[in-house]
Amino acid sequence: MIPQSSFMVLAEIDPGRETELRELLASMNDAPGHANPENALVPFARFQTLHVARFLIVDDKTTGDVTSYGLAPEQYPLYLAFLGDVDGEPDAFLAAAARDAGNGLRTIFSCCKDFSAGTDLLRWMKKHNTRSAANYVNWRGRTVQQAREEAILHDAIQNYVETNAAVCGMPAREAHATVRRHIAAEQSAGRITLSPEPPTPLGWKIADVAHLVGVPAIVLLALPVLVPVALLGLLRLRMLEKTDAELCGRVDQAHTDALANIEDHDVSNQFTAMGSLKPGLVRRWSSAAVFFVIDYAARHVFNRGGLARVRTIHFARWVFIDGGKRAMFMSNYDGSLEAYMDDFINKVGFGLNLAFNAGIGYPRTKWLAFDGCEDERKFKEYLRRHQVPTQVWYKAYPGLTAVDLERNGRLRQGVDSPMLTDQAAREWAALL
Amino acid sequence: MRASEVEFSDVQGLVRFGFGKMTRAAYLLARIKDVAAAKAWLRTAPITTAVAMSPPPTLAIQVAFTAAGLEALGVAPSVIHQFSHEFVGGMTEPSRARRLGDLGINAPETWDWGWRATMPHLVIMFFAADQLDAFIGRSTGAGFGAAFDVVRRLSTSDLDGVEPFGFVDGVSQPVVDWQQQHRSPALGRQLDYENVVALGEFLLGYPNEYRKVTDRPILDADTSTAMLLPAVDSPDKRDLGKNGTYLVVRQLRQDVRAFWQFVGKHANGNGKDAEQLAAAFVGRALNGDPLVPIQQKPIPGIGPNPAEVRQNQFTFDEDPFGARCPFGSHVRRVNPRNADLPGHPNGLAKLAAVFGLGREGFRDDLTSSVRFHRVLRRGREYGPGISRAEALEPAPPNEAERGLHFLCLNANISRQFEFLQNAWVMNTKFSGLTGASDPLLGTRAAIRGCPSTSDFALEQEGMLRRRVAGLPQFVTVRGGAYFFLPSLRALQYFSA
Repeated sequence: MIPQSSFMVLAEIDPGRETELRELLASMNDAPGHANPENALVPFARFQTLHVARFLIVDDKTTGDVTSYGLAPEQYPLYLAFLGDVDGEPDAFLAAAARDAGNGLRTIFSCCKDFSAGTDLLRWMKKHNTRSAANYVNWRGRTVQQAREEAILHDAIQNYVETNAAVCGMPAREAHATVRRHIAAEQSAGRITLSPEPPTPLGWKIADVAHLVGVPAIVLLALPVLVPVALLGLLRLRMLEKTDAELCGRVDQAHTDALANIEDHDVSNQFTAMGSLKPGLVRRWSSAAVFFVIDYAARHVFNRGGLARVRTIHFARWVFIDGGKRAMFMSNYDGSLEAYMDDFINKVGFGLNLAFNAGIGYPRTKWLAFDGCEDERKFKEYLRRHQVPTQVWYKAYPGLTAVDLERNGRLRQGVDSPMLTDQAAREWAALL
Repeated sequence: MRASEVEFSDVQGLVRFGFGKMTRAAYLLARIKDVAAAKAWLRTAPITTAVAMSPPPTLAIQVAFTAAGLEALGVAPSVIHQFSHEFVGGMTEPSRARRLGDLGINAPETWDWGWRATMPHLVIMFFAADQLDAFIGRSTGAGFGAAFDVVRRLSTSDLDGVEPFGFVDGVSQPVVDWQQQHRSPALGRQLDYENVVALGEFLLGYPNEYRKVTDRPILDADTSTAMLLPAVDSPDKRDLGKNGTYLVVRQLRQDVRAFWQFVGKHANGNGKDAEQLAAAFVGRALNGDPLVPIQQKPIPGIGPNPAEVRQNQFTFDEDPFGARCPFGSHVRRVNPRNADLPGHPNGLAKLAAVFGLGREGFRDDLTSSVRFHRVLRRGREYGPGISRAEALEPAPPNEAERGLHFLCLNANISRQFEFLQNAWVMNTKFSGLTGASDPLLGTRAAIRGCPSTSDFALEQEGMLRRRVAGLPQFVTVRGGAYFFLPSLRALQYFSA
C-alpha cells in the first residue's frame, strides 16, 4: 500500500509581478480555473502520482476583520501557493516536478520575491513547503494508477454486460464468475491492467503504528494535566464565544459570481477558504488541538471513503500561516458548493463548528460544537465571504466522484476474488 | 422562536391552494412600460388571498416580480440586494445554468422567453373556473395596456390531472405546517420520513426546518414602510419578505412522441413492456400508484384518506436494491423519502451512524435528508393532450408544442429548487449511479469527463442491473425565471 501525502509550496509574490503571474496562470487553463492537463508550463497529466493540484494566489479579502477585536489590520504579503496530493513522499514528487516541469515552474516562481535565475528550484520548493495542521485523504492507499485502472475495469465490465445481455439474467454468483472470466481474458490480452498492490514502505508502517498507539498513550499519560487545562480552556472559550462578533453579512454579488464562474465544470470542484483567527492563546491552542484530533481521526479512522458521514471529499487540509494568525482550508469535493455545504451542515455540523469556530466572524457557537452552522444562511454567507478563487486546478480523474472511485474499487475487489459467497455476490452485482 | 399566527389575508392564495377547481389559467409575462401606470394597476388589482372561502373563488389573480421587475418599479438597489443571491442573479446566470442543466438545447440563449429582451418584469397569473378570456379581458383594460408590454402569454390546458406523457400528476405534495405545531426536529434527529414540512420552507418570515428564519429584506421602520409587518427577529424593523415567497417558473416542452416511441422500440413493440419501462422511468404507474408496496405504519402528513394512503404511504426503505423502483427513476430522485440518518439506528448504533462508523452499504448516506429540499408544486400543463396510440405516429407538420409550465414555491431557491434540480434531477451520479440523469427531465449534454449521460439503470435484486442506453432528451427548457411572490402588504409597498 502506497500512502498519500501532500505538499504546499507557499511563497511571497513580487508585488510588481502580480499581473504577469495571473496571466501566466490563466494561460495554463482550458476552462475557467481548470488546468489543461497538458499545458506547456506544468503538464500535470505527466505526473502519474499526482491526484489533485492547484495554483492559488492567496488573496485574503477579510484581513480587516480583526478590527472587530480592536486590532489594527496586518499588512500580509500576497502569497502564491502551489499545492497537491500525491502518492508516496512529497519530496519525491517535488523532485520529479523540478525535473520534468522545471522550466515552467521556474517561469511561474520567478514572479516570487526570493526566486531568481540562479535559484535551485528543488531546494527552494522544499524550503517553502508548508506543513498542514490536519490532512484528509478519502481512501488511504488508493493510487492514481489504481483509480485509473479501476475506472477502465468498470467501463470494461459495463461494456461486456451491455453486449452480453444474458449475464443480466444470471444469479449474482454466476454473473460474477462469468464477468471474472471475461476480465481475466482481457487481462491476458493486455487490454486491462490490474496492478497488484505495491508493498507498504516499512518505515511508514512503523511510524503509522507508533502514531496510532503513541498518541493515545501520551494523551492518557497527560490526562491529569490535560483535563483541568481543557476544562478551564473550555469555560474560557464558552465565555468568549458569547460576545464574539458574527460577520456573516451578505457577500458581494461580484465576489460570488467570480467564484461561481470557476465552479461546476466537472463533477468535482475545488474549494479554498481562509481568514484570520480570533486572537488569544486559548483560541490558538484550542484550534491546534482540534486540528490535531481531526488529523488523527482522518489518519486512523476516516480513511476508507468518508469523513464521518460525508463521502464527497477527495482530499482536504487545514494549514496555519503567518505564525498561526491566519488559517486556510482547502478541499476537493464532488457536486456543487451548495450541496457540499448542506452535506456538511446536516451530517457533521458539530465537526464543522469545531473546525471553523476559531475563525473571526463565524456564526455564534455554543460550547464550540453546537449552533453555529445550524444557522445555515449565515454559515453559507460566512464561507462564501472567506472563499478565495483558485487560479489553476487539476484533477487526475475528471468526471469521477469519490463514490465512483469507491464503487470501482469494490468492483475490483470482487473481480480479484475467485469465489464470492451468495451475499457478497449480490452486493457486488448491485454495484454496477 | 415563538410561532406567530399566519395572517392569511396577507398571503397570496397560491401558497395555500393550487386553485384546482379553477381549471382554466394563463400567465402573462409582462414588462413595465410606464411605472406610474403599472403601480396604479397593481394598487387596484384584486389579488386573491389565502383566506379560505366558502364557496371557493371562481376567479383569481396572483402577481410575482423578477429582480429586474423590482428595479423597473423603482425599488432601491439596497432593498433588492437583500433578496437572495439566486433571485438577484437570475436563473440564466452562466454558472447557475450549468448547475440547473440548462446546457445544449436547454441553454438560456435558445429560450423562447426569459433571456435578455424577453426577461419578464412580472408574471400576472389568471385563474378561472370558466370564461378565462373574458376575465383576462376585464382585468387588463386600458390601464393595463398603458402600464405593461406583454412579452408572452403562457396558456395552460386542463388534461384532467394527467401530465402530457400520460401519467397522473400532482400525486405527492408536502403538507405545509400552517399551524406551526409540528416543531422541526434538530439536525440529525428526524429518524423517519415525514411529509409535514415547516412553514418557513415555503413562506418567508417563519421558522424553517433549521428552526431559523430565512434571510429576506428587512427595512427601517418609517412612513414608507408603515404598511409592512415587523420582523420576527428584529421587531423594530419591517419585514418586506414576510408572507411572501419565491416562485420558480420553467416552461418545459415535453416530446411525448419521442418518449413513447423510445420505450416502444425498446420493448420491441410490446405495449405492456413499454408501459412498464415508462413506469420505471417515472417511478409510478400510469395511474399514479407507487412501484413499491405501501407500508402499514402511518407517515405524518399522509392520509388518512384511503386514496392518499394507497398512493403515498411508502418510503424506499423496503427497496434497498432499487429492484422495484429504480434509484434513477424520476420520483425517487425528486423525493427520496428519507430522514436524517439512514436505517433508523438506536442507541450505540445511532452514535456510530452519526460519526459514519461501520458503514457497509455502498449507497448509505449518499442522499441528503429530504426535509431540507422540498418544494410546493403549482404547475399546469399546456398544449393539446395526446394519447399513447397517437404518440406512436410520426408528428404532423407544425405540430403544436406541449408540456408543462413548471411552477414551484420555496423560501430558499438555492437550498430547495436548485438543490433538487442540481444534486438530484440533473446529477449523473445520483445515489451511486453513473452516467444517468433524470430519465424524464435530464439533459443529455456531456459533462467534463463524462461523455455519456443518457443511461438508465433497471436494478434487479441478486442480479446485475439491466441498462437502457441512449435515452433521447424528452424535455427541453423553453423559458424560465425566478420571481418573488410578495405578500399583499409588500405589494402595497412596491406599488406605493
